[in-house]
Amino acid sequence: MIKFKNVTKIYSPNTIVLENVSFEIEEGEFVSIVGKSGAGKTTLIRLLLGFEIPTSGEIYFQNINVTETDSLNLQKMRRKIGSIFQDYRLFNGKTVYENVAYILSVEGKENKEIDTEVPKILDIIGLSEKMNNFPNELSGGEQQRLAIARALVNHPDVIVADEPTGNLDPYNTYEVISLLEKINKAGKTIILSTHDREIINKLGKRVITIENGKVIRDEKKGRFII
Amino acid sequence: MLTNFKRIIKFAFTDFWINKGISLAAIFVLVITIMLASGLFFSRGVTQYLVSQIQDKIDITAYFKEDVLEEDILKIKDEILKNSPGIKKIEYVSKNDALETFTQKHKDSSVLSKALEEVGQNPFLPSLNITTTGSALQYEQISNILQTENYSPFIDKVDFSQKKDTIEKVFAITSNINIFGLILGVILVIVAILVVFNTIKLTVEGSKNEISTMRIVGASNWFIRGPFIVQGAIYGLVAFIICFALSFLFAYFLSSKIGIILPGFSAVSYFLSNFWIFILIQLGFGVGLGMISSFIVVKKYLDI
Repeated sequence: MIKFKNVTKIYSPNTIVLENVSFEIEEGEFVSIVGKSGAGKTTLIRLLLGFEIPTSGEIYFQNINVTETDSLNLQKMRRKIGSIFQDYRLFNGKTVYENVAYILSVEGKENKEIDTEVPKILDIIGLSEKMNNFPNELSGGEQQRLAIARALVNHPDVIVADEPTGNLDPYNTYEVISLLEKINKAGKTIILSTHDREIINKLGKRVITIENGKVIRDEKKGRFII
Repeated sequence: MLTNFKRIIKFAFTDFWINKGISLAAIFVLVITIMLASGLFFSRGVTQYLVSQIQDKIDITAYFKEDVLEEDILKIKDEILKNSPGIKKIEYVSKNDALETFTQKHKDSSVLSKALEEVGQNPFLPSLNITTTGSALQYEQISNILQTENYSPFIDKVDFSQKKDTIEKVFAITSNINIFGLILGVILVIVAILVVFNTIKLTVEGSKNEISTMRIVGASNWFIRGPFIVQGAIYGLVAFIICFALSFLFAYFLSSKIGIILPGFSAVSYFLSNFWIFILIQLGFGVGLGMISSFIVVKKYLDI
């Protein structure tokens, strides 16, 4: 489903962020990408989403060469990837409902469908009662749950979560990870980037470890070892 | 397509309302810019009126010999009118008319009346008084025509050479006024455009992170920039309405005061006779600037 083939990313002659990175992710997998801050985890995700172009190598998403495809295909591809970030990346000027509805608007869905889908996902995520609140009226955990609702509403094929628990307390961290596990059980592919040892060790899923821009370990049932 | 368009409009109005403070600032800057452009257009009208008033005072007079018949002078008048383009007015002044004007003008001066009595007859010559629409060169051309052999036997003198310096000076001044006005106008408009551009840039900059998120979730470039462009148009439209009302009020209330300084110039009439040009300038500046600035600024964030 996702393939990184000898990907290298160099920002300036002396700043090698990723070096010869290769791996494949199958449909329905739960893959954690671990590494210290600055190891290249975020660059890897930006490359997958097509916001960066690799210096060399190829990246494939569902057989589309991300590095060579045009912007229209990139937009379509990004709609198939639900993204969650440490800083939530919510639309602060829109309500909880509007934040989620925006994703369906982007796809050109009719209002009728939006009116059915949005309450449904907000109900699943436990934010029905805050539908008309603005993001700054929510707690950190609620904001991240909203980000997850937004990432899920259009039924994407993959969920990419870049340090989703970085700003959360242990209780909310547990909640978010449990949600991701449930989503994975429902058949979605999950890519989780984190440097939280406890999360990785509890998950017992595939772990790709990056150090100084290189993949140093790729284990089916990995642990956090750096 | 239509659904997307409706959504873009809705997002634009929502963002406009949510960012009331920034929206007001952008509208304020646009109002200043539009008023500046309108003011320049208005001052152009005033300058043109002033220049035409001064130019009206400039004329060229051909004095005919005393024995030339009136019908010959009128024939020459028609011929000159036919052969010389750019003539604004050509007026025949008979001997009697000239005497009448002179006595009317100097009726209180006993010395002049006495001098006239001593001459015993009408000392004035019949003349043609000519004003043109154009430059000093036109006056010279007419003067040359009058001095050709067709007309010179009838003409006593053409007073152009005495007035030549004054005419050239007036035209040089008016031409300088026009050039200076144009340069000043262009500079002010450029400054105003830059100020508007930077204000819009500030409004969009506040949404930098949101634009980045929109791209992450796969929104098309037009779906992202659409609301900003519509928002720019809303700023421009609101600014236009304010400016149009202000312009009319200024023209209405200041008309009498301007009339004192410039007799015969009516600000309201000028505003009404250039109604559509005012609309075009204000709407063009407001909506055009708002939309183009938004387009350029958002494009910058889409290219990253």
